[in-house]
Amino acid sequence: MSHPIIKDDEVDVVILATQPDLTSFLEEWRPMFSRYHLIIIKDPDMQKDLKIPEGFNHDLYMKSDMDRILGSTSIRFSGYSCRYFGYLVSRKKYIVTVDDDCVPAKDGRGFLFDAVAQHISNLRFPATPFFFNTLYDPYQKGADFVRGYPFSLRNGVKCVLSCGLWLNLADYDAPTQALKPDERNSRYVDAVLTVPLKAMMPLSGINIAFDREVIGPALFPGLRLAGEGKQRWETIEDIWCGMCAKVVCDHLSLGVKSGTPYVWRKETGNAIETLKKEWQGMKLMEEVVPFFQSVKLPETAVVAEDCVLEIATMVKKRLGPVDPLFGQAADAMVEWVRLWKAVASVSPTPGV
Amino acid sequence: MAHPATPISPPLKDELDIVIPTIRNLDFLEMWRPFFQPYHLIIVQDGDPTKTIRVPDGFDYELYNRNDINRILGPKASCISFKDSACRCFGFLVSKKKYIFTIDDDCFVAKDPSGKDINALAQHINNLLTPSTPFFFNTLYDPYREGADFVRGYPFSFRQGASTAISHGLWLNIPDYDAPTQLVKPLERNTRYVDAVMTIPKGTLFPMCGMNLGFDRELIGPAMYFGLMGDGQPIGRYDDMWAGWCTKVICDHLSLGVKTGLPYIWHSKASNPFVNLKKEYKGIYWQEEIIPFFQSVSFPGECTTVQECYIELSNQVKEKLGHIDPYFEKLGDAMVTWIEAWDELNPPSKATA
Repeated sequence: MSHPIIKDDEVDVVILATQPDLTSFLEEWRPMFSRYHLIIIKDPDMQKDLKIPEGFNHDLYMKSDMDRILGSTSIRFSGYSCRYFGYLVSRKKYIVTVDDDCVPAKDGRGFLFDAVAQHISNLRFPATPFFFNTLYDPYQKGADFVRGYPFSLRNGVKCVLSCGLWLNLADYDAPTQALKPDERNSRYVDAVLTVPLKAMMPLSGINIAFDREVIGPALFPGLRLAGEGKQRWETIEDIWCGMCAKVVCDHLSLGVKSGTPYVWRKETGNAIETLKKEWQGMKLMEEVVPFFQSVKLPETAVVAEDCVLEIATMVKKRLGPVDPLFGQAADAMVEWVRLWKAVASVSPTPGV
Repeated sequence: MAHPATPISPPLKDELDIVIPTIRNLDFLEMWRPFFQPYHLIIVQDGDPTKTIRVPDGFDYELYNRNDINRILGPKASCISFKDSACRCFGFLVSKKKYIFTIDDDCFVAKDPSGKDINALAQHINNLLTPSTPFFFNTLYDPYREGADFVRGYPFSFRQGASTAISHGLWLNIPDYDAPTQLVKPLERNTRYVDAVMTIPKGTLFPMCGMNLGFDRELIGPAMYFGLMGDGQPIGRYDDMWAGWCTKVICDHLSLGVKTGLPYIWHSKASNPFVNLKKEYKGIYWQEEIIPFFQSVSFPGECTTVQECYIELSNQVKEKLGHIDPYFEKLGDAMVTWIEAWDELNPPSKATA
């Protein structure tokens, strides 16, 4: 069975600039990024000018562009959340995005892993959420479905979300990182697998790729912590939208993969400093799991936008009373779908 | 690192039995000797009971052939397959230990990417003695492994995990493919070493292979029945699949965990795909109905033990799969016979190890 190749011009690489000098970041990624169009979003909270090396086909969006394109909106596109603006303005079918403190990972011989190519491969080949294949991705070369795997399920479903992993600094929460200050992830697990139907997982926004046209409406900056900061472990917006996206995918029979590619995440931040802030994110997670386990979407919700609006209503009703942040998240979800319909369907022009 | 004055005993030495079904010979045990010798073996000899299967010197073992099975179980022996590796579950029945490791006689010691021999038994023991995480998927796989942990966003209330009932290992070299796949890809070899152990999420079914398998007999033993296969039966090579589906739905109901991944063994023998096709072909059609059945199985709240769940399952098998083929009526009855045999040989008053 043939799976159509994803062409370079179908892909946008979205980069969030949280540091003013992107030179070393982009130089490290040049072998992988240079063939694609880049959308670079400058964190509106960052005052300094951005330095971008030559030779990249890119569009840069700054605060003024964002204000002009978005108009009046209740969603704050700042910090890690301004990356989502990139999803709004992209005109491509697929998005690959990597945090700007990540560089390509290397194998044991020093060869660089092409994370972008692996993400694209993950999105190109089907996912298999209805039955677990013990040899992981059956479409990979050298692998297949194992004995006992039902034949009617071997076509799989479209994969719309590819969640990569991290060597060196893993995506731990602050307490875990603080308890194990020297722990670094050195284990390269050479597998991609489909996250099964109904299984919930924490989506880390550090290294992902997705089919923007299909699942873009379900990847939004909704749940924002009051003390949200500039370190990954001070955020939860990706975890939240990831759980929504998984529920949407399960409902629409779409696939989510997890595993390779790995990126190398550099040392940043001090987890112990973060512990001084309230562990709001982790407390909130305790409330969301039973909620997501019980979400049932109506048959009439056949696209991601509709699913997100349904979930927002449920969030407002069932989680809103638990914590005002959930009510705000529900509002943000509704606002995101409005923006998606308004902005994502017209061609924006970035500022010069 | 300080070394203890007395040597440390192999883990679970007196609490684990190694069950090996065989119809050929046990030469493969020589390669496993460094890892297996401290443990007690239960050999289940399939096929001609008059044939003598030689066990290499130095192993502590008990061996059962068909005559022994008939003698011990009497009429209930009808539930134990003949001329199929499904007979291995007789070994589970008669074991008196808490843990079982079962391995096929064409499985050898594999090497990890650094060239070191893999002690598959030790890895299974590790898998069984550490919790599983069936309620929420951890993207860094086994969080209890050295060098790993739960990722950001993983709810703290789930970090205790669940008891692990089953440890499902994998195979390098000859992969466990069905006959059609073997025919299409006769030369494919599994060379990818995936350095992970992971929990199969609650609600997700998987194809369980019996070649390299560990389990906690006290937690899930009564459900580890490998069905009616082989001689006189319309189907073969679905024994472990059947046990895997039954045990998984029961584990899900009882909040027990099932792990898959490491350890790898080296699977050396590719069975004849044409012979396999004859054995499997009914299964290939039947599984299209069997899978939706298992996906929709639910147990009433009153089913709180494995045996209760299994008897309930046997009723549902007869009721909902009986229309496919009379085989399923027989299978449902055999499942009940198995539980009767289990309870007879493992009375509840038996003191635990």
